[in-house]
Amino acid sequence: MTAATADEGGAPFDAAIALVLTVFGALGALIVAALTKDPGFRVHAMIFTGAFTLASFALTAGLSSGGFKPDTSKYMDGVIKAGVIASMFWGVVGMLVGLTLASQLAWPNLFYFPDFGFLNFGRIRPLHTSAVIFAFGGNVLISTSFYVVQRTCKARLAGGLAPWFVFWGYQLFIILAATGYLMGITQSKEYAEPEWYVDLWLTIVWVAYLLVFLGTIWKRKEPHIYVANWFYLAFIVTIAVLHLVNNAALPVSFLSAKSYSAYSGVQDALIQWWYGHNAVGFFLTAGFLAIMYYFIPKRVERPVYSYRLSIVHFWALIFIYIWAGPHHLHYTALPQWAQTLGMTFSIMLWMPSWGGMINGVMTLSGAWDKLRTDPVVRMLVVSLAFYGMSTFEGPVMSVRTVNALSHYTDWGIGHVHSGSLGWVGYVSFGALYCMTPWLWRRERLYSDRLVEWHFWISTTGILLYISAMWVSGIMEGLMWREYTPEGFLAYSFVQTVEAKHVAYMVRALGGAMYLTGTVIMAYNLWRTIRGDVRQGETGVISVKPVPLGPALPAPMAAE
Amino acid sequence: MWKHHFWLERHSLLLVIGIIIVISIGGIVEISPLFYLESTIEKVQGVRPYTPLELAGRDVFISEGCVGCHSQMIRPLRDEVERYGHYSLAAESMYDHPFLWGSKRTGPDLARVGGKYSDGWQRDHLINPRAVVPESVMPPYAFLAKQDLDYHDIAAKLKTMKTLGVPYTADMITNAKADLEAQADDQVSGTALKKRYGQKINQRDFDGDPNRITKMDALIAYLQMLGTSVDFSTYQAGGDNNR
Repeated sequence: MTAATADEGGAPFDAAIALVLTVFGALGALIVAALTKDPGFRVHAMIFTGAFTLASFALTAGLSSGGFKPDTSKYMDGVIKAGVIASMFWGVVGMLVGLTLASQLAWPNLFYFPDFGFLNFGRIRPLHTSAVIFAFGGNVLISTSFYVVQRTCKARLAGGLAPWFVFWGYQLFIILAATGYLMGITQSKEYAEPEWYVDLWLTIVWVAYLLVFLGTIWKRKEPHIYVANWFYLAFIVTIAVLHLVNNAALPVSFLSAKSYSAYSGVQDALIQWWYGHNAVGFFLTAGFLAIMYYFIPKRVERPVYSYRLSIVHFWALIFIYIWAGPHHLHYTALPQWAQTLGMTFSIMLWMPSWGGMINGVMTLSGAWDKLRTDPVVRMLVVSLAFYGMSTFEGPVMSVRTVNALSHYTDWGIGHVHSGSLGWVGYVSFGALYCMTPWLWRRERLYSDRLVEWHFWISTTGILLYISAMWVSGIMEGLMWREYTPEGFLAYSFVQTVEAKHVAYMVRALGGAMYLTGTVIMAYNLWRTIRGDVRQGETGVISVKPVPLGPALPAPMAAE
Repeated sequence: MWKHHFWLERHSLLLVIGIIIVISIGGIVEISPLFYLESTIEKVQGVRPYTPLELAGRDVFISEGCVGCHSQMIRPLRDEVERYGHYSLAAESMYDHPFLWGSKRTGPDLARVGGKYSDGWQRDHLINPRAVVPESVMPPYAFLAKQDLDYHDIAAKLKTMKTLGVPYTADMITNAKADLEAQADDQVSGTALKKRYGQKINQRDFDGDPNRITKMDALIAYLQMLGTSVDFSTYQAGGDNNR
């Protein structure tokens, strides 16, 4: 943090205030650590103390060395570089945990350790989902949004040191969440597992993120706010609303990690799935659609296919998405009219989803040859193909009668992964492959052939994964409802578990291949950052330099 | 029409306000009625707040992430009702902060698992699932039987629940610790405990180790009461069971 902070940043006045806050924060956390009787809460108070102490050292070093003088002629790229590295790191970690989970279900005798309860499926499952969604996906979103908003507004990031606070504050959130799950600290609400104090910390970070993003838009030298920024804004604002409402909870004590949700039963269920489905809709969709709207036009050097379609896409998508949550609660104690509304809007959602996909794919008009010549473009376009596939599958599964079969089964897991591995993963990889040479001023990636390897290994992995889950999910759904001619249930529950064994092994293999692809990418990007070029690479795809600062003409190919 | 969109593209605050309005509608229409509608707030005879030991067991269930693989929501489908029992009523989770309906059945539904297996089976199964069910893929929870239950803040937990609307009485909160200890021990009198929480509650040593109260005691106490509050031999939807 020190070196980077010294390069970037705002007026020393901000830094001085931040220094005072971090010192008070460290002292406060230390007092909490001393007073609490809850061992998990004490560990987290110590982590807070450590983080604030490190931050105060870094700020002191920066202040005394006369750093924190912003170079307003340049974009603030240091924090984005840090985000790229963090994305690679968390991507590998999160997928490794996912592979561990898959292996536990395939080979429970090998991958469970009776003496290490913290590695049990129940505790590391939220570690996997949070690491890939919030740590990997979140870092990709924060870093690309900082990149895109500066370039499309021709303005340096606002807020002096605030972008660095957003970055490090977000990493602290991830560490608190992850260590909490391992210690058994969880609210149990899916994708909203962190406890009340971690939620409060994330709220502070998220408000800072919104202000940095809006502040940069306010400084813009372009009259129009570019479409990618609408999507980023919708993502940031809506996630804030969802987070605040769904995490309303009352702590047992202010010295305890434990809290109870403000809502109960059916109300809690719908609020959770209103949150849960829109975490998909706004975190994993709107945010990554912003990436699509900037990186695809930039990479293929063509304007967005249709400006009007992008307007319709934007408003229709965010309006309809918010209604879709009740499809997670078909046939439950939720009133049927709410289920029907959720189902209806989920089916309607198919249209804006495909409208957006078409807008992205058709941006390649006149540049279709790049699908063959540029593996990064292929990755971005295949991400849209997976997006189209899973946004078709989703509405189908939201139909109540289909859901009667698919709900509670592995089909849901397969659906989530076709969207997350195929769409979110690939569009993120595409953005990382684009941004790394741009940010580090490299003429090309270390190796395009490694991108090809990454693409084919991980694509095969995704196909194995989702096919295995279709087979096991539909099979178990059918087995659960199978009757003998005499009118008895044909299978006991455990027979359906046994029947899935082969599918579970195939799924683990698919996951291992996907992880392998990600490791290849991390290696490739690391060598690119070092400035290496792989020996014997032919057919060089040169990367055009991007402007370093607002003073230079900004790329507006996408407008 | 397209021309007017320029306003939103040129004014970031208008854009933000537009986004907030558009995303608020669906949530308000779907969620707010649930706090008023009869079918979602009706009370059903027999549904009661958790005893302190069951609540502590529920916290163990939450902490271990059991909800990731076990649902607690039986749908009104023929096979589910035959496999698991009467479909789940909204009222049965009215005191569940948070709800634990789940969304995945890697393992079976637990909404009515209470009383289906003996304490001994539950303990053996939790300690080593494959010793009892060879095809199981469930993790082993032997450590729960070795760890003492930390219940120093059990009264505070009941009090928090009361603030959130669960009808714990002052009596229940004052005696939370005593009730927790009494429920895990069939050698002491349970009169006061049963007066507070009802005659049906299970009072015994759940984990087979009478000398201490472990997390295993609490978890099994919770599992053994799941789905047992409402008497479905007399329950009629829309009937006078609803109080």
